[in-house]
Amino acid sequence: MLVGHQPKEFLLAVSGLTVSFDGFKAVNDLSFYVEENEIRVIIGPNGAGKTTVLDLICGKTKATSGSIQFRGKELTKMKENEIVQTGVGRKFQTPSVFEDLTVFENLEISFPRGRTVFGSLTFQRDQLVKDRVEEVAEMIFLKDKLNTYADELSHGQKQWLEIGMLLIQDPDLLMLDEPVAGMSVSERAKTAELLNRIIKNRSVLVIEHDMKFVEDIAHKVTVLHQGQILSEGTMEKVKNDPKVIEVYLGH
Amino acid sequence: MINSRFFNRSELIGFIVLAAVLFVILPLSLDVFRLNLVAKYLTYAFVALGLVLCWGYGGILSLGQGVFFGLGGYCMAMFLKLEASSVENTKIQSTPGIPDFMDWNQITSLPLFWQPFHSLTFTILAIILVPGLFALIIGTAMFKRRVGGTYFAIITQAVAAILTILIVGQQGYTGGINGMTDLRTLKGWDIRPDHAKVILYFVEVVLLFACIGIAQFIRLTKLGRILVAMREQEDRVRFSGYSVANFKIFAFCMAAVFAAIGGAMFALNVGFMSPSFVGIVPSIEMVIYTAVGGRMSIFGAIWGAILVNFAKTSLSESFPQLWLFGLGALFIAVVLAFPNGLSGLWADYVQPRIDRLFASRKRKPGWNDNSVADGAPAE
Repeated sequence: MLVGHQPKEFLLAVSGLTVSFDGFKAVNDLSFYVEENEIRVIIGPNGAGKTTVLDLICGKTKATSGSIQFRGKELTKMKENEIVQTGVGRKFQTPSVFEDLTVFENLEISFPRGRTVFGSLTFQRDQLVKDRVEEVAEMIFLKDKLNTYADELSHGQKQWLEIGMLLIQDPDLLMLDEPVAGMSVSERAKTAELLNRIIKNRSVLVIEHDMKFVEDIAHKVTVLHQGQILSEGTMEKVKNDPKVIEVYLGH
Repeated sequence: MINSRFFNRSELIGFIVLAAVLFVILPLSLDVFRLNLVAKYLTYAFVALGLVLCWGYGGILSLGQGVFFGLGGYCMAMFLKLEASSVENTKIQSTPGIPDFMDWNQITSLPLFWQPFHSLTFTILAIILVPGLFALIIGTAMFKRRVGGTYFAIITQAVAAILTILIVGQQGYTGGINGMTDLRTLKGWDIRPDHAKVILYFVEVVLLFACIGIAQFIRLTKLGRILVAMREQEDRVRFSGYSVANFKIFAFCMAAVFAAIGGAMFALNVGFMSPSFVGIVPSIEMVIYTAVGGRMSIFGAIWGAILVNFAKTSLSESFPQLWLFGLGALFIAVVLAFPNGLSGLWADYVQPRIDRLFASRKRKPGWNDNSVADGAPAE
């Protein structure tokens, strides 16, 4: 795979990405490109390397080889917090929120200001912060729960809170790992509505198993299998790809 | 929840009670000997205060706080020892003007690293900076490499053991196992008589309250909330754009500096410093004080340090062999029965009664909403 200067319109350019865990290649020579304002869904069977790809982009896992360019910056050489500051946000599969803090405090911590030790000592909870927190809380259906401790929230509400924590960072690339997993039917519908609202003006990379949900939101779908791309394209194209039907959709 | 006050109501009660006990009740009711013992207990309250930030809030368990307590204490003791070793006080030595233990170990001139401790200004700076920098080095080496939890605790324990061995082994430079004894004056002011002990007690209490203020300030800033967040979901903090290691280093350094101030006050109040306050056992005892008092509570931890040490003194006076068993049993009880320590018991059993008392005295609309927001965290 040729690694070179990518045309400007790509927000994220992954090329030749490989990671091996003790010889097992979880992701093998993977290349794909995400454009500005594109919603890309990654699907694939268990163990295909979907979560690993997100881990690699956000810096949680270090790549063995290959390159990840975000707006022309090489992410593989950056630390996790630097990657976040460049504009990449990541939601984890299991809701990871701060349960001993209130919804307000959870959102406030994610507000992109005062991220150094000194900055957080001198951080002021001013009107700008309050307004932004309330705005996001309203979006994630938690406006009347601002003073609730996060451990009192339901599973679905925690998922929303974590999505809210990403929203307040206002990332250019939002990565969501199974955002509707474990949700009730009504929560799922609300989440779809929420995602449709927040994906405006940013690119989103989603891992999801719920095909109905994928069909609703995806611009383009990438099917992973054993760490490599099996198929890529519109939902229509992927759905009718015999290889995809065999390894994934056929079940 | 949006709490602009420095202390909420239950913390304010804690503050007033502690201030009343330390500033008024104890000085009026105890003789100088007992008051001096309280001053000794309070030196551990500084360590406990640091552990609240570092362990209670940040989730970083350090089993080596004795190292910083010792470094602070030794810095202070070196200054006092030099002053006590004037040429005229030491004229019977073969080399007059150097500390007695150096003379006993055939050292004939003051070592270079001792020289700056002639200056009180340097000494005060050293009490803060030496342990602070040491914690910075250990913290950077560990946390940047993502060493944490049990591994970190074990390493701090190893550091405590190493420092003890170093101090004991370098007898000529440190006074060895006996430590630095016979400390006499501070800038010519005798620290040994009763009136000096009373003044030193009050100096220490004022310093303790200053440290409480600093700790409370940190707790109320966003940094305090990040520490709590980090303890729960380290990755989420990292992926919210923070360098987790830097925050851990900060908490660890703050705990080290608090411990060092305690150590320095120990040297002044007790009049000596020895490696028996540096090693593994004292370091673990310091963690127990914090756990007993409540690692999530600034005032709880201070009470823990005072009460456990008080129990230690009274029990060791009557049943010297039983004390260690008592301490062990206490720690097991804390872990199993009341993990939030005395402050947890207070918050669960005493606080609700006080709240009810207040509520029945002045019931006004909307009051309850505030109480839920203020009283919810068990501090």
